[in-house]
Amino acid sequence: MNKIMFFAHLRDRVGEESVTRDVSGKTIAELKQLLEEEFGLKLDSVMAAVNEEFASDDEVIQNGDAVAFIPPVSGG
Amino acid sequence: MNFEISKDPINIQSVIDKVVQREAGAITTFIGTVRELTHGKKTLYLIYEAYESMAVKKLEQIGTEIKERWNGAEVAITHRTGKLDITDVAVVIAVSTPHRADAYEANRYAIERIKEIVPIWKKEHWEDGEEWIGNQLETVAYPKGKPEGEDLNE
Repeated sequence: MNKIMFFAHLRDRVGEESVTRDVSGKTIAELKQLLEEEFGLKLDSVMAAVNEEFASDDEVIQNGDAVAFIPPVSGG
Repeated sequence: MNFEISKDPINIQSVIDKVVQREAGAITTFIGTVRELTHGKKTLYLIYEAYESMAVKKLEQIGTEIKERWNGAEVAITHRTGKLDITDVAVVIAVSTPHRADAYEANRYAIERIKEIVPIWKKEHWEDGEEWIGNQLETVAYPKGKPEGEDLNE
């Protein structure tokens, strides 16, 4: 299983800090498409992180990986 | 712990104390504060949210990048989360180096990198609404890249 985390406006839209899904074997791009359909999100300018490190769209998710969607950041 | 996310007000001196070293000839301190007016629009307060575990890792990465680029540098960064009022301190960066030019440059580098790769977001609250802020250009962050020229003045 995989923990999928949302932040900022994505969290507001999804209504949850995280959801649990089995998405092992899928790429980040495929997961983005699934989440766009399920929650009506727009993820094309959103970065992904796998296990707290930035991941590219073609990275394949492994069982147990924690995936986070990171909108453009605005700290500082 | 030179790199922290804090829910409590930041003690500026304690961040500075972390970079004190006998080899240093300079310590620069950057204090980021909550501005009332942005492009004429009045902010009432901000909420900062972080992906805390990853944010600490990315702050540590910035520290590593600085030590690779500026010989003898020591770095400490604390970023606040939660509700902040106008003039509150959102981030403190302290850098010490043997010579002052490096301390200024490295400190500038740290704040620009925070705005690129550290997963922290602010939600602006105005009199007539609220909004999560992406970067000011509405473009994608570049986790590996150098700061873009347009981003340097926000």
